[in-house]
Amino acid sequence: MALEIPKMSYNGVIKEIPLGKEANPVIVGGETSYPFYLFEGEMPHPPKIAMEVYDAPPEEWAQAALEPFADVINDPAAWAQKCVSSYGAEMVALQLASTDPNAQDNSGEHAVEVTKKVAAAIDVPLIVLGSNNLEKDTEVLKMVAEACAEERLILGPVTEGNYKALGAASLAYHHTIAAGTPIDINQAKQLNILLGNLGVPDERIMVDPTVASLGYGLEYCYSVMERDRMAALTQEDERLQFPIVCNLAKEVWKTKEAKLTEQEAPLLGDPLKRGVLLEAMTALLLLLAGGDILIMRHPDAVQLVRGFMDDLMAN
Amino acid sequence: MALTGIQIYKLLPKTNCGECGVPTCLAFAMSLAAGKAELAACPYVSEEAKAELADAAAPPIRAVEIGTGERKLKIGGETVLFRHEKTFVNRPGIAVLVTDEMRDEAVGGRLERFKTLAYERVGLTLQADLVAVKSASGDASKFGALTAKVKDETEAGIILMTEDVSVMEAGRKACGDRKPLMYAANKENADGMSALSKEHGCPLAVKGNGLDEVSELTTKLTEEGLHDLVIDSGARGIRKALEDQIFIRRGALLKKYKPLGFPTIAFPCEMTDDLMQESLIASMFVAKYGGIIVLSDLQGYALFPLLLSRMDIYTDPQRPMATSPGVYEVGGPNEDSPVLVTCNFSLTYFIVSGEVEASRVPAWLVVVDTEGLSVLTAWAAGKFVGDLVGTSLKKCGIMDKVGHKKVIIPGYAAAISGDLEDELGDWEVLVGPRESAHIPAYLKEWQP
Ligand code: SF4
Repeated sequence: MALEIPKMSYNGVIKEIPLGKEANPVIVGGETSYPFYLFEGEMPHPPKIAMEVYDAPPEEWAQAALEPFADVINDPAAWAQKCVSSYGAEMVALQLASTDPNAQDNSGEHAVEVTKKVAAAIDVPLIVLGSNNLEKDTEVLKMVAEACAEERLILGPVTEGNYKALGAASLAYHHTIAAGTPIDINQAKQLNILLGNLGVPDERIMVDPTVASLGYGLEYCYSVMERDRMAALTQEDERLQFPIVCNLAKEVWKTKEAKLTEQEAPLLGDPLKRGVLLEAMTALLLLLAGGDILIMRHPDAVQLVRGFMDDLMAN
Repeated sequence: MALTGIQIYKLLPKTNCGECGVPTCLAFAMSLAAGKAELAACPYVSEEAKAELADAAAPPIRAVEIGTGERKLKIGGETVLFRHEKTFVNRPGIAVLVTDEMRDEAVGGRLERFKTLAYERVGLTLQADLVAVKSASGDASKFGALTAKVKDETEAGIILMTEDVSVMEAGRKACGDRKPLMYAANKENADGMSALSKEHGCPLAVKGNGLDEVSELTTKLTEEGLHDLVIDSGARGIRKALEDQIFIRRGALLKKYKPLGFPTIAFPCEMTDDLMQESLIASMFVAKYGGIIVLSDLQGYALFPLLLSRMDIYTDPQRPMATSPGVYEVGGPNEDSPVLVTCNFSLTYFIVSGEVEASRVPAWLVVVDTEGLSVLTAWAAGKFVGDLVGTSLKKCGIMDKVGHKKVIIPGYAAAISGDLEDELGDWEVLVGPRESAHIPAYLKEWQP
């Protein structure tokens, strides 16, 4: 008896979101099936990799992560250019980590200045991310939204606590929102509803579900993303049919195992390859769960994941 | 799939003799369906009915055991397509390949790494499970000798890889009673492999060119009385291999299609020459339904991430991982060292202790029982509040270990500091950072 393989019946589709400058848009989303289930659906816009740039020289980075950028860490614009021209980054994600009151507490003016420089240096879409401090992010991202009015940035994380202020600013100055919620599908949906009520059009919303590193809770976000896609594609849950952004690199590289040297942990082997694989594997699993944009750091990890994606899409 | 009471009733004698202990066949059927009775209690049930009931009760994907003793590995037995639907149960076995054409030192190196690369994590030991011994020379005595070496040097389960029945017999003999997985039966050798598997009670892998051929083979072998089978669909391209894994799992679970109701074996080692890529491919099989994953080599930098992926994906979503409450020493603290308190959600404990370690400031870490909830959730649920945390601090013995009277609480629980001070009397409660990443900077300022 030959088996007829049961196919899924999908009744939803992920919204297509155009990002970046109007003349040179990058589109994400559009999936009609579970990620890479290409035997029963389509991924018209394969997931994209955005490479990280920091607004101030990073402290306490693993040697392996620092090395490729050693010549540009003091110059975010040059850093961004290097990501695009040397490593083929399809987007850049500017992390405004130095604005954190618990870190350098750099000002909104500083953030605006850096964002402008980076935006001017590249023509791929620019994601601008706060430091996950509610009050400070609200203040900083609002200033950035206003000062970079025509840059069509992606701003995040926009959360339940600041969506009104940041939603209005994005709307007024033509930016896209990465709506951030803490690993919870219901809160993600709720925030999308709130943004809609505020008048933010669907093609300006993406979802940042809060991701974790391999070995540090990855399974929570993995399952939230799988459930998100299931609801969006098979249960017509229209308020979840948005592309997903995974801000993963900073989670991976802050773990102990990504930082230990081979002397400190001989059983963990070569620190460069280990760090790269921790990042690439986290990224791959999030891709399989439904990620549309992966925010990554190490060029080798980017290359590995890109190659893997090509193999998954190959005919 | 379990039968309903009515379906079972139709298979019973319907004589209502009462010997099973309940008055009617229908009542007995209902108890059976509810799992409250054993079929054996009815002396009159027919052989056909027995077979049909056993069939219906069998899990949709067979659980197969490989090896013996403490390192015995159980694979398969899965019941869902997505882990959040219930949980994935039996972690896929990770195997390392050795062949009889490799130099002795190369074999020795792989076996050595197989034994030494083990990692302790949240009460689990993460390590590879199996050694795959492959006949590359086609020589039975060489294969037997290599298998014997593997058997002597490890306790692990063994996969014997050859499609030649006489070579397989030599390997099987060398395994003694280790219960190896024999890989593989194909269209040409199925009769010989089947006989060998049956005679020695060893699980048998089936290799087909596509799922139709696999199904024909498993059907034939099942009819010959073999049940412990493992499937290789033959695909070695990433896209096709993923598709086959999904089809096998769906066929077994959604269609109850018996010929595919077995765990799978995947070969990243035959899909790339690059160990980094191989490890990524392996992690795809962890997420998407691999039962055994065969690697070309083990290196810490590649194996450790892979083992983490397996731990994560196979964590039961219904049970938060918890660390036992108590006092933990980080970096050899003394009576002047800071005291930090946190919840017993494993990940929080892990991250916090990692950051404390990274700070190189020796410290005491007091883990309070929050039933596996994170600080913020536990605080919201009333399980990380002043009186409970205070009681834990008094009971755990930390107060006798330090000379100062200061305790650092997580920034997210700042609201409890007043209550906690009341509870602790003359102790000072300091509010630490919200994000664990800021712990090192915070601790460097510490003064007793
Ligand atoms: S023993 Fe069997 S035949 Fe008799 S009542 Fe029970 S089920 Fe029916």
